[in-house]
Amino acid sequence: MLYREAGDFKTDYRSDQQTFPIKSERYLFWATMIVAFCIVPFFINSYWEKSVLVPLLVWSLIALGLNILTGYCGQVSLGTGGFMAVGAFACYKLMTAFPDLNIFFVVILSGVVTALVGMLFGLPSLRIKGFYLAVATLAAQFFLIWVFNKFDWFYNYSPSGQITAPPRDIFGITVTGPNAPPWATYLFCLTILFIFAWVARNLTRGRVGRSWMAIRDMDIAAEIIGVEPLRTKLSAFAVSSFYIGVGGALFFSVYLGAAEVTEAFGIDKSFLALFMVIIGGLGSILGSFLGAAFLILMPVLLKNIFVGTLGWPTDVAAHIQIMLIGGLIVLFLIVEPHGLAQLWRLTKEKLRLWPFPY
Amino acid sequence: MNAPIRPDTQLHTRADDGIATGDDLLVTENISLSFGGVRAIADISFDVKKGEIRAIIGPNGAGKTSMLNVINGFYHPQQGTITFRGNKRRRMRPHEAANQGIARTFQNIALFGGMSTLDNLMTGRITLMKRNMLWHAAWFGPAQREEIEHREAVEQIIDFLEIEHIRKTPVGRLPYGLQKRVELGRALAAEPALLLLDEPMAGMNLEEKEDMSRFILDVNQQYGTTIALIEHDMGVVMDLSDRVVVLDYGRKIGDGTPDEVRNNQDVIDAYLGVPHEDA
Repeated sequence: MLYREAGDFKTDYRSDQQTFPIKSERYLFWATMIVAFCIVPFFINSYWEKSVLVPLLVWSLIALGLNILTGYCGQVSLGTGGFMAVGAFACYKLMTAFPDLNIFFVVILSGVVTALVGMLFGLPSLRIKGFYLAVATLAAQFFLIWVFNKFDWFYNYSPSGQITAPPRDIFGITVTGPNAPPWATYLFCLTILFIFAWVARNLTRGRVGRSWMAIRDMDIAAEIIGVEPLRTKLSAFAVSSFYIGVGGALFFSVYLGAAEVTEAFGIDKSFLALFMVIIGGLGSILGSFLGAAFLILMPVLLKNIFVGTLGWPTDVAAHIQIMLIGGLIVLFLIVEPHGLAQLWRLTKEKLRLWPFPY
Repeated sequence: MNAPIRPDTQLHTRADDGIATGDDLLVTENISLSFGGVRAIADISFDVKKGEIRAIIGPNGAGKTSMLNVINGFYHPQQGTITFRGNKRRRMRPHEAANQGIARTFQNIALFGGMSTLDNLMTGRITLMKRNMLWHAAWFGPAQREEIEHREAVEQIIDFLEIEHIRKTPVGRLPYGLQKRVELGRALAAEPALLLLDEPMAGMNLEEKEDMSRFILDVNQQYGTTIALIEHDMGVVMDLSDRVVVLDYGRKIGDGTPDEVRNNQDVIDAYLGVPHEDA
């Protein structure tokens, strides 16, 4: 009753191909976008920016990137933290070497650099699959972090080994550095995420996405049909790393402001991104957002309940929160192994018939 | 349930390539393939003429599937050459064979389980789609036009195979018989010059077999596609095929029309067995 496709006829392939084929979904999407772009910026404060919205946006972008590789192309990667570091350091080097370059292009170029590095580390995927590939990408994680620690050229010879984002403007509004207004950083990240999500949708719905999914579902049949494994896998690594690199650049320049490589881009980040993708739903763009939302928002929510409302000591709250999140992850994976996106899909199936059972 | 034959839905195929019907489309010469000490194929030569249905039969382990794998570049024979549409070759990657117009189905269904029927068929056209990733990233414009153009071609095949109702169903959820049909559709979507079918009727009931036979004949007659098929159901083989090649233990023991093969003593021995001399 609330949500249905009756009367929503498609008379050409163009309208059959659209992202939200059902009218009510389309309205819901655009309503969400209007709230996100036009209303939230007026009410955002520093707490919501730093603890909730900006990390949510940045991690959504990273999860989206990993989902392209793992969810769509079936190549498991544990190198996400390392690729984020590449994006962050590329961003830092570009910001300091070319102070006049617009931050938007800096972020995009950081993505390009990461894409090249990602393709290099994607080469083993031609020979090894599954868990073995995961181990090979783990090497990328440790190697990249080691490189950024070892060679002080990367952090401009700063004695602390930290990298700090200098303030940069876009249309005269500061978006990086400590004095950036919350609404500006939020809108900057939101705009980039919007564009990237749209591009991800475009790539995955057409020929490129189908060749990734073919490799994922049945690589031998894919090859016999005419999908070139080398080019397809490397393109997935390139696009995925591009997204993760842009995510890493934003993570460092907009969200953290200053970073120390071992701490900011450790192996835990790789796992966090992988959990997001698995919990959200492999091979689903919506799933990347849901997974990121679950793992970013849930700790904040629990912390507010435990410390804010119940008044528990912070250390107890922190431990209980970790346990609860772990438990919830297990619970969700038992209830729906295909992730939150699948849960949403099933809900929609039910809603189509509601209030009738079938 | 016969597929309607509609002459107006003529697919443009790669069949029109200057080779006249009845001329050699594929020639394999002295192919030998071994895995370590196991000789899977020994010195086999045969040809496939354009426009015919050619069956490859033989007892289990005779090397039939290995032969198909050699033809589409999945195995590389140690000896021998393959001439396809006048191009001679020894080694080739599978996707290169696909680009030359060889498509196939598999003995054990090898569909892309997570994708819909429609997407599976669209993937079959991957060698015909040319827009690169940058166009696809922008979507609107050339990439979308190309997608729609190919969607129209795929819809013809969906129509031909009568699978309209499962267009958007993930193929993993389909019953076996329909999966086999979708797989045929995926191979057809590539508009192949040569279609290799590896046991298209395996595990089917009588009605499904009749449907599939009908589709194979229609593909051959309507689209002019040359077909090489492996099949164990002798009734089907003898009825469908124009010529039959018989393999046993990696050797060729018979080649000719169904009637010739049926009366070939070596073939009868291979299938029925011969008494041991000491028995």
